[in-house]
Amino acid sequence: MVMLEQRESHPLDAYLRTDRLPHIWCPGCGIGIALQQFLWAVKELHEEGKIDPNKIVFVTGIGCTGRASGFVKFDSAHTPHGRAIPFAVGVKLANPSLTPVVFSGDGDIASIGGNHAIHAARRNFDMLVIMVNNMTYGLTGGQLAPTTPYSVYSTTTPMGNPERPIDMTRVMYSIGPNLVARMSITHPNIIRETVKKALLMKGFRWIEVLSTCPEIFGRHINMRDPYELYSRLKKVVKFKKVANADEIKYDWDNEITCGVFLERNNPSYMESYLSMYGLKSKLEALSP
Amino acid sequence: MAAGLGVYVGYPITPSSDMFEYLSEELPKRGGVVFQAEDEIASINALVGASLAGAKAMTATSGPGFSLMMEGIGFAAMVEAPLLVVDVMRAGPSTGIATQVGQGDIFQARWGSHGVYNLVAYAPASAQEAYEYAVRSFNAAYMVRTPVILMTDGALAHTRERVVLRDPGELEVVGRKRPNVPPDQYRPYRPDPEDLVPPMAFYGEGYHPIAESLTHDERGYYKTDDEIHRALVERLVRKVEVNKRRLVASRSYYTEDAEVLFVAIGSVARNLLALVRELRASGVRAGLFRPISLWPFDDESFVAAAARARSIVTVELNQGQIYAMLKGVLWDNRDKVANPTLYNLEMPYPSLPSPDDIMEEIRSRGWRLW
Repeated sequence: MVMLEQRESHPLDAYLRTDRLPHIWCPGCGIGIALQQFLWAVKELHEEGKIDPNKIVFVTGIGCTGRASGFVKFDSAHTPHGRAIPFAVGVKLANPSLTPVVFSGDGDIASIGGNHAIHAARRNFDMLVIMVNNMTYGLTGGQLAPTTPYSVYSTTTPMGNPERPIDMTRVMYSIGPNLVARMSITHPNIIRETVKKALLMKGFRWIEVLSTCPEIFGRHINMRDPYELYSRLKKVVKFKKVANADEIKYDWDNEITCGVFLERNNPSYMESYLSMYGLKSKLEALSP
Repeated sequence: MAAGLGVYVGYPITPSSDMFEYLSEELPKRGGVVFQAEDEIASINALVGASLAGAKAMTATSGPGFSLMMEGIGFAAMVEAPLLVVDVMRAGPSTGIATQVGQGDIFQARWGSHGVYNLVAYAPASAQEAYEYAVRSFNAAYMVRTPVILMTDGALAHTRERVVLRDPGELEVVGRKRPNVPPDQYRPYRPDPEDLVPPMAFYGEGYHPIAESLTHDERGYYKTDDEIHRALVERLVRKVEVNKRRLVASRSYYTEDAEVLFVAIGSVARNLLALVRELRASGVRAGLFRPISLWPFDDESFVAAAARARSIVTVELNQGQIYAMLKGVLWDNRDKVANPTLYNLEMPYPSLPSPDDIMEEIRSRGWRLW
C-alpha cells in the first residue's frame, strides 16, 4: 500500500484549524469540495484586499455539513439544529461590520430551520447562506430528508418515499432575495466564482450546493461507489439561465437545474433599518 | 437601557408586548436595534448570536413563548452567552389565559432545557424593582456568563406606578471580562480558577472563538470524553454556586420575631404584605419572606427569617413550586430552624388574590397557623 505523501502545508491552512484534521466526512462525500471552494473564494478575495476574514462569522447548524464550523479558522458557531440563520441574524444586528456566513445542510436549513430561511430571505437579511444538499440525513444514519427524491428508500421510509421533495432554491427564487443560485460539487470552479460574487453582495444571498453522499444516500439508491454517484449527479445537473420559477427543476431522474437564477441589488434589511431609524454610525460600519 | 441594552429581539405575545413596543421606539434613539423575529425560537437564538457578537441582548416573552425558548436557553448556557429573558408569567398551561396572571414558570426557568446546566433568575415585585433588577440581571449575566431570567407576572406588567430612574453611574453596570492573552493563546472556554468564568472575546476581534453547542473542551473542540463532559457541566453548574453571594437577593418583612412566616414572590407578595400587616395589628407575629433571586435561592436569608417560625406558609399561583423548593432548603438547614410546619397555600387561579382572598383561603383549609 502506498502511503499518502505527508504534506508540510496546504494553501488553505490559514483558514483551517489544522489541529482538528482529519475531518469527519466519509470518502466520496461532497461537503469537503463545497467547503474548499468557499475557502478558496475567501482566500482569493482576501488576497485581492476585498474582504477581511476576521470579519467573517461562520455559522452552522447540526448535521454532517454543520460540523464544518469546527474545522475552519473563523469566528464560528455550531448552533442547535436549524438555528444557524437566526443566530446569524443576531450577530449582524449586534455588529453590522461582521459578515455572517451560514453553511449547513438541507435537513438543517430546509426542514427544521425552514421557517427561519424563508423569513431571512423575505427580509433580504444581510447574510450568505450556503445549503449543502446531499438529499439525506447523513449524520443520523439515512433518514428521510425534505429534499429526498420521490420513491427513494430511506431508513424511515423503508417502502419508498411517499413525499414530494422541496426545492428550496425554487422557494428562494419565488421570495426574491438578492442572490439565488444552485451549484453542484461536480462543478467546483463555478461554486468558487459564485461565492466570490456573493461575499461582496449585500442582502440575503442563497447558494445551494448539490452534494454526494455515497455512504448513505448512494447506498440507498444502489450507487455505493463514489464515482458512480458523482457521475449520476453530474449527468442530472443542467446549468441554465431561467426566466421563471417553472424552469427551475428538481428532478433526480431527469434534471436538477443549476445556475445563478436571481441577482439583484435591493436594499438589505440592515440598510433599511439603520437608515429608517437614524442609526448613522452603524450604517457607516455596515458591510456585506 | 440603563444597563446598556444593544439588541432587543422579540415576538409579540401578551402580556409582554408593551416592552417590545416601547423599546421599538426608544432603543434606536439610544443607538440600539430592535428586531421582530418570526418566532421565539428565532428570538432566543438571535440573542445568543448578538451576545457573542458584543451586544447586551434581551427579549421579553410569556408562557408559550418561554416554552419555545427552552432549546435556546440551553444553548446560551452551553456556549456561556450572557443575555436576558424577561418572562412575564401568565396563566397556563399552553395558551391558558393570555391576559391573566400566573406564577407557574418558576421550575421551568431553572430546569426547562434538557441536560445539566445552571442559570440565574430574579422575580421583582414592583415597577421600581423591575427597573433595578433589569440592570442587575444583566450584571449577573456578565458576571457568570449565563442567560438570566427576569420573572415578572401579568399583574405587575400592567401595573402603573412611580419609578425613580437612576442617573448614569448611580447603578452598578457590569460588562464582560476581557481576554487577557493574545489571540493565539486564547481558549474560549478556559475559566479563571477563582470564579470559574472564562473571559469573553467577542466576534470580530481576531480571537476566533467557537460557540460550540456540542460538549467541548477549553478550545471549544467537540469531545465525547467522559471526564471532559463532566468537567464542563460541573463548571456550568458550579460557576453560579461559587458566585452565589454576589447573585442572591431577597427581602424580609417583620421576620425578627415571626412565628408565622409567609413566603411569596412578585405581585402575590405585595398583597401578602398587606395581610401580614393586618395580622400584626391583631397581635399575630406574622412575617413575610420575599425571595427576589429564585435561582440561586437566598437560603441564608430565608433560614434567618425562618429561625423562630412555627408555621411557614408558601402562597403561590401554582401548585407549590416555592413550597417544593423550601422542603429541600429546610431539610438542608434542619439544625438551624425550630422544626416548623410547612404549609402549601397553592392558589392556581388566573387572577391576583387580594389579602382577603388569601385570608379566606387559609380559613377554608382549617389550618391553625396562629
